Amino acid sequence: MENEGTEALKYVWKGAIPLQIHLHDSEVATLPPPPPVLILAPRIGYLPLLAPQIKPLFSSTLPPGDDTVWFEYKGLPLKWYIPTGVLFDLLCAEPERPWNLTVHFRGYPSNILAPCEGEDAVKWSFINSLKEATYIINGNCKNIMNMSQSDQLELWQSLINGNLESFLKVTSKLKLGAVDDDYSAKLYPTIKPLSDAGNTDNPGAKTGRIPVRLYARIFTKVFDDLEDAPEIDSWEKISYINRPIGLDKDEGKCFALSDAMKTLLPEYFGEGNNEKTTEAEVKEVHSEDADDTKDVEEATTSVGEHTETKQPSVSAKIKLIRIQGIEPKPEIPFSWVVNNLMNPDHYLHICVYLIHC
Amino acid sequence: MMNSEKSEVGLSKWDGTISPDKFQQGALAFAEKWKTVCVAHDHDLPNWSWVSCLNPHFLNLHQVDGYLSLEKMCILRSDKIDGETSDLVMEEELNCLESEDCTDPASLVQQAAQQVHYYDFHIVYSSSYRIPVLYFRGYNSDGQTLKLDQIERDLPPSSVEVLTESKWTFITQQEHPYLNRPWYTLHPCGTNELMKLLMSNTCLSEDEDKVEAECFFIAWLSVVSQVVGLRMPLQMAVLQHN
Repeated sequence: MENEGTEALKYVWKGAIPLQIHLHDSEVATLPPPPPVLILAPRIGYLPLLAPQIKPLFSSTLPPGDDTVWFEYKGLPLKWYIPTGVLFDLLCAEPERPWNLTVHFRGYPSNILAPCEGEDAVKWSFINSLKEATYIINGNCKNIMNMSQSDQLELWQSLINGNLESFLKVTSKLKLGAVDDDYSAKLYPTIKPLSDAGNTDNPGAKTGRIPVRLYARIFTKVFDDLEDAPEIDSWEKISYINRPIGLDKDEGKCFALSDAMKTLLPEYFGEGNNEKTTEAEVKEVHSEDADDTKDVEEATTSVGEHTETKQPSVSAKIKLIRIQGIEPKPEIPFSWVVNNLMNPDHYLHICVYLIHC
Repeated sequence: MMNSEKSEVGLSKWDGTISPDKFQQGALAFAEKWKTVCVAHDHDLPNWSWVSCLNPHFLNLHQVDGYLSLEKMCILRSDKIDGETSDLVMEEELNCLESEDCTDPASLVQQAAQQVHYYDFHIVYSSSYRIPVLYFRGYNSDGQTLKLDQIERDLPPSSVEVLTESKWTFITQQEHPYLNRPWYTLHPCGTNELMKLLMSNTCLSEDEDKVEAECFFIAWLSVVSQVVGLRMPLQMAVLQHN
């Protein structure tokens, strides 16, 4: 039976965010100003891909000049290479519906944002991410490098059109496989994981690494309700970790989402000096443990010099974990999260809200 | 770890990657050697230096706590714009080869007549690919950032060809992992296969881990430097075999 994707994956692919897009005041050259545009944006898509739908509605009111579309949320230029759903989860503490964004066609902030030359730039940014993910999982990029032109086109069209079935057919050739997932097998007994095809398709048999990108908002004061969260005015207040997670090799032990988070944010689990390594290789575990402990000690010492009475990790905690717009329980099997909530670029994008007083 | 991989059996299993520790080790050793060679042979090149970045709020954003940096490297290749004859270009190159000294009076006159381009090069560890990745940016003497077409003119001809054919997968602008600003970068896909080839031909004492990490670095940069036109003293390679 061909893999049609799990029910959860279908929901992810249909996920959409209602946007209300306003033209920036400085670009309104006619009166009255044009009304905002209401549009449903795919979670797994990218903002510049909305330009063909948006621009015709604003073009008659634009002042003369060259067009380069970019988006902004409350003064913060939005990084177009981050999927729309991830931006929403990260920047809207309390989900705002519709999400009010401002669009610009002039004055591209090239010191902050990498250039975007239309659909091709988005396409290749996506493919390079997928290539990176492929390397992490398989240890090389050969399958994607050898992809035919027609398959590449079909891959990209699948994403643009939100066609999960077509996407799965094309990406099956990349042999990225699925993480062994007993949990899913129980829920969906009729669906065969790709790993049934043989060990060569099982990423655990290759590098055992999972592509993960984590985006962290750090708050320095406690608040109860999400609507009271301070607003973000700069990307410097968001920390970004692009690092694979090595699957825990313990047989019989369930590797949960909280275990994965521990490897990326050990200080927020009160295990600063017992940091787990993200690498699966046993030999490296020991040396990296030693070095990581040293790094943590240095960081602790450094901070201690400034605030002697402050204990570095006592008041550090995770307030929220968001993936694809939902807040999974920490004890959920990480393999289920990966197989069902990953983006088309085969990265699991995780947003976390951290309190650090 | 790399010792066992140097044996006949081990070498075929090595995947061409390097650990975060070996990266930092090799980077520091490389910077030291570069400085030594430049002093010994009177090369007037800027030095590489290690830039440490303490993690904010105890987040381990990176597996390595810094990166290697070379700043204000002068690249004299923009003379192509002025329509200089190939003879003059050849003469200039000969001058540079002889003295490796940009303070040569002829070069100074030549230099004053054209826009000088400066480049910063950063070598950053990639947790995804487990190898070094080169990030760079170019700017004028007044600090204005160069655009891609300007940088293209500074690249060696063979790289310009590749850039034309594979625009999106060769040199692109990406976010610098530490500075969070757009920087140009060479795509690292395939580097590990290249390193397997390079290191398999290197004669190394299997007992010296430090030398090993350093040689990895020298081998890697000796290829990468040719792609972006970064001048690298020949003595860096020669000393390997002593």
